[in-house]
Amino acid sequence: MGEQCSPWFQVVEWVVVMWRDALLIARRDLTIELRSKVGIWQILPFGLMALFLFAFALGPQTELLRTAAPGLFWLAVLFSSILAAQRSLNIEGSAATREANRLLGLDPAGVFLGKAAAMAVELLVLEVVLLVGVMLLFHVTIASWLFVVPALVLPGLGLSAAGVLYGSLAGGASTRSTLLPILVLPVEAPVLIAASKSLSRGFGAVTPDAGRWLVVLAIFAVVYSVLGVALYGPLEES
Amino acid sequence: MGSAIRLRSAVALQGRFPVLSGVDLDLDQGRVMVVLGANGAGKTSLLRFLAGLVPIASGRGEVLGADLATSASDVRRRVGLLGHDAGLHDELTPLENLAFALRASRLDPGRALPALDRVGLSGRSVTTTVGQLSAGQRRRVGIALLVARRPQLWLLDEPHASLDEVTRSLVAEVVEEAASGGAAVVASSHEPDLAVPMADVVATMGGGAVLAVVPGGRVGGGHVA
Amino acid sequence: MMRTTLRKSIGPLAAVLVAVTVWLGLVVTPPDRDQGDYVRLVYLHPALAWVALYVAFGMSAVCSLLYLWKRTRSLRFDRLAASAVEVGVVYTLLTLLTGSIWGRPTWGVWWTWDARLTSTAVLAVLLLGYLALRRVPAEAHIRARRSAVFALLAAINVPIIHFSVIWWQTLHQGATVLNPNLSPMIHGLMAWTLLLSFVAFTLLFAWMVMVRYEIETRRVDEDEVGMAAAIADRQAEGIHS
Repeated sequence: MGEQCSPWFQVVEWVVVMWRDALLIARRDLTIELRSKVGIWQILPFGLMALFLFAFALGPQTELLRTAAPGLFWLAVLFSSILAAQRSLNIEGSAATREANRLLGLDPAGVFLGKAAAMAVELLVLEVVLLVGVMLLFHVTIASWLFVVPALVLPGLGLSAAGVLYGSLAGGASTRSTLLPILVLPVEAPVLIAASKSLSRGFGAVTPDAGRWLVVLAIFAVVYSVLGVALYGPLEES
Repeated sequence: MGSAIRLRSAVALQGRFPVLSGVDLDLDQGRVMVVLGANGAGKTSLLRFLAGLVPIASGRGEVLGADLATSASDVRRRVGLLGHDAGLHDELTPLENLAFALRASRLDPGRALPALDRVGLSGRSVTTTVGQLSAGQRRRVGIALLVARRPQLWLLDEPHASLDEVTRSLVAEVVEEAASGGAAVVASSHEPDLAVPMADVVATMGGGAVLAVVPGGRVGGGHVA
Repeated sequence: MMRTTLRKSIGPLAAVLVAVTVWLGLVVTPPDRDQGDYVRLVYLHPALAWVALYVAFGMSAVCSLLYLWKRTRSLRFDRLAASAVEVGVVYTLLTLLTGSIWGRPTWGVWWTWDARLTSTAVLAVLLLGYLALRRVPAEAHIRARRSAVFALLAAINVPIIHFSVIWWQTLHQGATVLNPNLSPMIHGLMAWTLLLSFVAFTLLFAWMVMVRYEIETRRVDEDEVGMAAAIADRQAEGIHS
């Protein structure tokens, strides 16, 4: 059927298939997450505990904690996001499940987008809970929603895309748990910097060029989504 | 009858180990082949190879008219493989698992319920999560997936292993239905007594190659090979 | 013919050039008015950094791209990329080490959050990640594909990391590193020695990559010879059983 169709039609068809598969995968991943509740019972408590540990490490001086709050918040999210990525990839963890899915003929770009979208939803929930956590524990208040909202959403998208892409790069479940952090953390360092700066602006700190950091976050999210769409297929194919 | 499988000196590697060391094999559509052989003879590798999951290293291979070297993804989409582990999602119910797989292969998810019913799963066993099912029940879900997908080539890896009498005869029935419907079936087995009666042809493997092909005991399956 | 001569001569040539650089750098050139003998690191550190950050990184990225491109796909490019990164890691770590030694008398500390130093350190971790990824057991082409994708992603990340760290650093504490004392006056013999150091250490890199590549190729060749025998062995299993 391919030959007589125009190339444009084929592109449109591919995009439609990709989004349909993405939706299918996102729905499946979120259903599994709602059933297993790994996020709620394991990843979320880990993130909250990290906030307490940071406070223990720094001491209970309110001023110090308030200054450090945006950075500590993002450190907690960053570490939790690695757990979330591992969990997301474990859904196709066993060789049998991977093979079963390969036999279904899903579009790999769609699988990537679906998994990244499901993980982004989970991360956003985590971010909201941890945000309430830092507001309560570190006495920060939101000065500008205009900065807080994009400073939460953009890194969530970027970390999810990078997490799923590098997770599939890191191979099977046995090596992934130790390999993924060293592969993905250097890459995500810019996100930590940019997100902390944007969020501290959102908390009312005087941050020069906070808008520029939002642009960095947007670029990161777009670059990794595009790379994932392009590279996830070749990576999963063997 | 069209050709379903056509292999000539096919070699496949797992790492540096030749799991298939030059296989010659032919099977027409609508025919059932049983593959016998000791452990490590290459039976499972042959099935995974025919499913397009193991790349061809040398030789030629055609499955359902598609070249294994160039269109493995086409092959994968059109065959049904039942392995030792069906690769189901433990957190989802059998119905959800099947509906997901059917949607993913762009088929009607409405086929899921009748297929589960066909393999004798109904009521609570359809709506509890797969993780809570017994090994035999999981196996049935895997068979139901094949019934629902209606692939043109069925690849069954020891379909009789660790199943009770009822389920074993279910396997035989489902295979017969598929073959009369025009699909080709390849099943590996350790138990010639059970497997040979359902086969048109019986192939014996050893050392990653097919050593001999003899007629089986299937009746009403058309001409003898 | 020419290729083999070139291959054989590159090692001794690199050795001679490095020796000349050492002699010029340590004996012939004068010490700096402000930095004294520390200035001699200028014949080592910039050349190492140039090879680590541009030559090694660039070579691994190009080879990875050539591997991923279907028409030029060959495990030779995979081996070349791996060899470049392996030697590149050594250069990167030496860059950090010499930078730190150089910084100590000028800054008074072994480490400062200088933008270039910091982003180089992050890149070093990226390169180590590449080598860690290669150690994961997998079929040759799967490993090659993963490594190539990772190397390309790392290359794409270099500007993102670099600019983030520069902005992070300058917006935080202002540029403190552009110390006038640190930029020595370079002229005459010193300039020639500096230029020579770039050539010498680049050539040394090329030689080490070549040797590393040949070792890897020989190992693979041995495996290839074993393949026909392995197939025969496998078939024999069936006859004897």
